[in-house]
Amino acid sequence: METEGVGRMEAEGNGRGYLAERGWRSWAFTLDHKRIGAMYLWTTTVFFLIGGVFALLLRLELLSPQAHYFSNHTYNIFFTLHGSMMIFLFIIPAIPSGLGNFFIPLHLGARDVAFPRLNLASYWVFAAGFLVIIGSLVAPMDTGWTFYTPYSAKTGAAVTTLSLGVFLIGMSSILTGLNFIVTIHKMRAPGMTWHRMPLFLWAMYATSIIQVIATPVVGVTFLLLAAERVLGVGFFDPAKGGDPVLFQHFFWFYSHPVVYVMILPAMGIVSEVIPVFSRKPIFGYKAIAYSSLAIAFMGFLVWGHHMFTSGMSPLANAIFSFLTFFVAVPTAVKVFNWIATLYRGSITFESPMLYALTFIFLFIVGGLTGPFLGAMATNVQLHDTYFVVAHFHYTMMGGTVMGFFAGLHYWFPKMTGKMLNEKVARIAWALVFVGFNVTFFTMFIAGTRGMPRRYAEYLPKFHTENVISTIGSAVLALGILVMCWNFLQGLRKGAPAPSDPWRALTLEWRTASPPDVENFHEIPRVADWPYGYGTPKA
Amino acid sequence: MSHGSTGSRRTYFAVFAALLLLTVVTVLVSYVDLGLLNVVVALLIASVKASLVALFFMHLKGENRLVWGFALVPIFFLALILLGTLTDTMLR
Repeated sequence: METEGVGRMEAEGNGRGYLAERGWRSWAFTLDHKRIGAMYLWTTTVFFLIGGVFALLLRLELLSPQAHYFSNHTYNIFFTLHGSMMIFLFIIPAIPSGLGNFFIPLHLGARDVAFPRLNLASYWVFAAGFLVIIGSLVAPMDTGWTFYTPYSAKTGAAVTTLSLGVFLIGMSSILTGLNFIVTIHKMRAPGMTWHRMPLFLWAMYATSIIQVIATPVVGVTFLLLAAERVLGVGFFDPAKGGDPVLFQHFFWFYSHPVVYVMILPAMGIVSEVIPVFSRKPIFGYKAIAYSSLAIAFMGFLVWGHHMFTSGMSPLANAIFSFLTFFVAVPTAVKVFNWIATLYRGSITFESPMLYALTFIFLFIVGGLTGPFLGAMATNVQLHDTYFVVAHFHYTMMGGTVMGFFAGLHYWFPKMTGKMLNEKVARIAWALVFVGFNVTFFTMFIAGTRGMPRRYAEYLPKFHTENVISTIGSAVLALGILVMCWNFLQGLRKGAPAPSDPWRALTLEWRTASPPDVENFHEIPRVADWPYGYGTPKA
Repeated sequence: MSHGSTGSRRTYFAVFAALLLLTVVTVLVSYVDLGLLNVVVALLIASVKASLVALFFMHLKGENRLVWGFALVPIFFLALILLGTLTDTMLR
């Protein structure tokens, strides 16, 4: 990015930057967006690892067609905890609240977010939320992460407590989204027009809008569920004039758009990484930018495709199925533009690029298996089978988590001031890539052959697929362990990072590694877009 | 940043009185059996009350177009959830 008034000299003042102050108070009461982002990253990563342990326990149980290690009830608890933790405590907050908090102001050329105190409040509301969720373990949930009525209205598990926890997490998500919307509107550096913003910011803007608009709906839904359980109001109970399918409408009105809260930020990261490691200007900047908004909008129109077998009216089924196919358009716009960016680029395969390319590959598989579930006829066959499990793990783990890993490897030098061991990072990537595909591609096959999800026991004819999948999950876990070890080693004894190790042009690379407390000594003036790679200036 | 007119104390009390009056109307209407229209009337009155709060107490009146946009866009999404849900429940 061509800037005036700020040069590379500013970036030279290395040291510990924003990490200089020590002691728990310097973290607990910090207003620095980078520290708050780092706290989110640590917290969400811990829940990712715990959720992963539950996944491994599930895979262990599925090694054999009969229940071996746990009771069926324990199995139900484990998949509920796996889903709830991964969704609410990791994948929704990790990129927006973690990497977003850290890099939105840096990308904008700002000293902080618009409301730093609100930002800190959002973290502590999040912390209150996960403490309440942990408290709900006294009577662990066994409803699945979807909390469907009528079972969730009747079970003796701590549904009300967990709902309250998710309510708080949702509130934190709204505060973060609101903060980012105002920050992007109001805190852009002089000269940074909307069309000079990095694409990560467009993605985060679209994400924030979904967070602010959709999250209140699930909050209210959980309050209605709590009212039903505690006060006996019959919102979802047919005997009292309620409707259990209404719960699904409300739940998916939030939970479908929220899959774009998960995926859009990862797409933003990929849009940053691809041009840097292709040394080419991003192809179709405006198409990628506006497709983020289009995805956010379209995401609100298709929630009913989760409910084709719920007894919903045939007209509603047809409308939701029809609309679902339109979501593919803006998503494909992004994929084609990334591929066009790669075309004839000087591509290098550093670890962030490996994960970004993995995102594209796996997300295409995940995306293209979506239409089978969006079409009513095939949905009836595939609903609640392992095909669905494979589809959403390809989009959410193959997509979002790979994008997250790309972001972590890309920005690790900036966040910590240390370089990662690139060789170990590539070994970890190879294990993750192989392990992921062995684990989840097998599930497509088991699903199309009719294996239902959420059962501890299964017919012997699915045994081979399950053994292969469990072996894959072990390889995947090993890859993630190696990656974590590499991060910790990098933190402890990584080589000092220069201010711009990837020769990237967005503004965060104009600051020191790690950046100082208020990021920029002098607010930069922006005179160009940030994707002028392959030109003499870059 | 532009700030909307904060209005006079008299306006605030007038709006407050209107909110109280509308609350009384809501209660009274609930005693008249209008069938399905009871819900419609209750929601209409609630919408008017919410609009008064937004316009005067939250200073939306006099705000710029961007802030109006952010205030109005969620109404579209509210209509969407009502439409999508009713397409199912009314035609099941």
